[in-house]
Amino acid sequence: MRQSSHTSIGRALVTGALGVTLGATLLAACSSSPKATTTTTANVPGVTATSISIGATVPLTGPAAPGYDEIAPAMDAVFGWVNAHGGVDGRKINYTYLDDGYNPANTATLTRKLVLQDNIFADIGSLGTPTQAAVQGFLNTQKVPQLFIESGCNCWSDPTYPYSSGWQPPYTVEGKILGSYIKANFAGKKVGYLYQGDEFGNDFVKGLDMEIPSASVVSRQSYDAATLAGPLSNQIAALKAAGAQVVAMATIPAATALAMLPAAAIGYFPQYVISNVGADTPTVGPLLSSFTSKGGGSAAQAKAATGLLNGVITDAYFAPEADVSNPWVQVEKKLLQDYAPSLYAKSGLDGNTQYGIALAYTFVQALQAAGKNLTRAGLVAAIAAHGKNFVTPGFVPLSYSSTVHFGFQGSEVIKLSSTAPPAVTPTGSWIGSTPVTPVEVTDIGSAPVTKYTGSTSTPPTSLVSTS
Amino acid sequence: MTPPAVPGLALGRARWFRRLRLPTQPLARHMILALCGAAVLYVVTSSLSPYNDFEVGEIALYVIALSGLSLLTGVNGQISLGHGAFMAVGAYATALLMTHTHLNFLLELLASIGAAAILGLVIGIPATRLKGPYLAGMTLLLALALPPIADKWSTTFGGDQGLTTTVPAAPGTTNPEEWLAWIQIMGALIVVVLLANLLRSRFGRTFRAVRDDEIAASLAGIHVARTKVIAFVISAGCAGLAGAFLGLSTGVVNTGEFPLTLSIQLLAAMVLGGTGTLMGMWWGAVLLVYLPQWSTSLSGDFNLGSGASAYLATIIFGVVLIVAMIAAPTGIQGGLRWAWGRISVFGSRLGVSTPSVSEGPGATLHGPDQVRNSG
Repeated sequence: MRQSSHTSIGRALVTGALGVTLGATLLAACSSSPKATTTTTANVPGVTATSISIGATVPLTGPAAPGYDEIAPAMDAVFGWVNAHGGVDGRKINYTYLDDGYNPANTATLTRKLVLQDNIFADIGSLGTPTQAAVQGFLNTQKVPQLFIESGCNCWSDPTYPYSSGWQPPYTVEGKILGSYIKANFAGKKVGYLYQGDEFGNDFVKGLDMEIPSASVVSRQSYDAATLAGPLSNQIAALKAAGAQVVAMATIPAATALAMLPAAAIGYFPQYVISNVGADTPTVGPLLSSFTSKGGGSAAQAKAATGLLNGVITDAYFAPEADVSNPWVQVEKKLLQDYAPSLYAKSGLDGNTQYGIALAYTFVQALQAAGKNLTRAGLVAAIAAHGKNFVTPGFVPLSYSSTVHFGFQGSEVIKLSSTAPPAVTPTGSWIGSTPVTPVEVTDIGSAPVTKYTGSTSTPPTSLVSTS
Repeated sequence: MTPPAVPGLALGRARWFRRLRLPTQPLARHMILALCGAAVLYVVTSSLSPYNDFEVGEIALYVIALSGLSLLTGVNGQISLGHGAFMAVGAYATALLMTHTHLNFLLELLASIGAAAILGLVIGIPATRLKGPYLAGMTLLLALALPPIADKWSTTFGGDQGLTTTVPAAPGTTNPEEWLAWIQIMGALIVVVLLANLLRSRFGRTFRAVRDDEIAASLAGIHVARTKVIAFVISAGCAGLAGAFLGLSTGVVNTGEFPLTLSIQLLAAMVLGGTGTLMGMWWGAVLLVYLPQWSTSLSGDFNLGSGASAYLATIIFGVVLIVAMIAAPTGIQGGLRWAWGRISVFGSRLGVSTPSVSEGPGATLHGPDQVRNSG
């Protein structure tokens, strides 16, 4: 039982260092004091006379991070603006967002840390279906608002979890709107599906199936996001073999690119109808180029690859960044330049940063509606009572009510077109879009897709009324 | 020549102190150590906040998984990069039973152990033919391929939303985090005592014999394949229990909780703690749970952005692992044993006798060096 005789001093030093690391982690963990949030006379966690502490868990590392890691910093830009102008009812907003790497086990730990140790007032703008489903029970048991979850799952509007709510259009709503467009404009053509094999894809397909007659659907192909590593050539080959003339896709941006490239390589150019999750041109364009270069293409081929987006049908629920004359786009751009200049320099105004700004501004209005006497239950009630009247960049108003905890339930169908004004970001110039239908609304159930007849809101002259 | 007067030396030389020994009979010895550990942990959890109790519970559940892995890799010499899959099986077994039946909680845990053990049997049998990188590759495949099966049959397995788990109600006014931590700690102590006894028994010697030299073991009459399969089954069963506990901690079981990185982190934590040891797995589990948080607060002190601080955790973990592999392959527990050995030598020079360490639970003989040679 003798130890092997390596340099024992070196080993001692390193083991000592390991032990010190261990000791330091233990000490740091045991002595980590909760964030300094004293409580008001009303004893609401996370709320003082001068501040509100909110938290979120988002993927900042890992495969889900690209693109989605821009949303929380964009939200912070809005809070920066609000805080610079005195806060809401005199309270500044402190936003803590932690990285869960899209792993629900991490989300469970970090959310408990935020609630039990850091005493956040509410969980705002956390991302992901499996991740947020993991903490939905805990947050509702603890009566902590879990609001504006960044996911289109149908599960956020559930009476058993009254403290939870969604914000973006549910995937089924989107599927119905795009499915209704396919039914109307490509009647008689053969349709194929390519979808992510999880809640996102399944809910989207549910919506498509509610509109598109099943006889038209000739092929259903899926892929697994966790193991997405290379071109989806098998799925594309199957779609081509089935003769699909229209391909409806529920894909994340990387998968969109990894589907369109092999299709082009085999000379297959169907009409693509893609969920807005995977069709933001400043996000997908660079991926098309970089995947082409990695696959051995020349610089000219990489540039030409972005042209594959021309003619793609997708949908939008707020004015896209290419629409530079839209007053909301101008306000968002200015906000980002002023309050998140490094983020603007890196990504510019794209789908993700627009999403973050719009979501944060919705939350700010919810705080205003809840009033100076701020409580958790009061915040949830204020959204149910006043959410429909919030001013947002969306084409339709938010749907919040005492029974509905979804935000937007409508969008317009748009066509990506090289003749439309492009979206210009620091990374380049990306294909723009034109609307091909009016704004439409529906729900996740059996309501038909109908035209929206109301108006859109215009941004106020100042984002927040300082009172 | 009288040794120099050192404080405490008198105690060390007192005869009654020298007679204080842990019993050498393994079961008694391990039970006493476990009871002491339980007492310490009870005091610790009672005085900590609910969130810290939650973390202690997480440490305990990782100890279970790591102990099984340590047995398989350190003591039996079979590398496994797929323990995340066994944890997933255990977690889903418990979650499915909780969703569809009203079975007794302990029976559900036993079912998780059983389900994972059956998978361990299925994987362990072909694994007897493989060694080193080939075995690692096969288990890697398992870790990648198994969780997406749950996504494929999402109606049964809950898909992205997953299946919810419910912790049995806490007695009286104990808060739920402390109660769950206690369930997990009890599980960890029971598993560690059982494994410690196993390693001190004929099974333990058989495992080590097969690790060190399969041909010699076979000539000595040991059924090599059967031994390897038994080690796989036990290791998988431990991972299954840990997975069930992970599902209880998280509150929900879905495939996102069992990515490839989990299997790799388990292996890394085992190495850092001390391959082949059981006590070392406590250090490994602490690192696994606390190192990311410590890195985050460190980057907060240096005012890095949230993005950079997230990557810092991964970088630090990787650097610690690389340094440990190069310079201290026996991990923290190996280093502590070495340090205790030096103290014993120093003490004996002064005429004090210190308890011998070589009979501690799960004493490692050759650790990862031997694993490398047999690969």
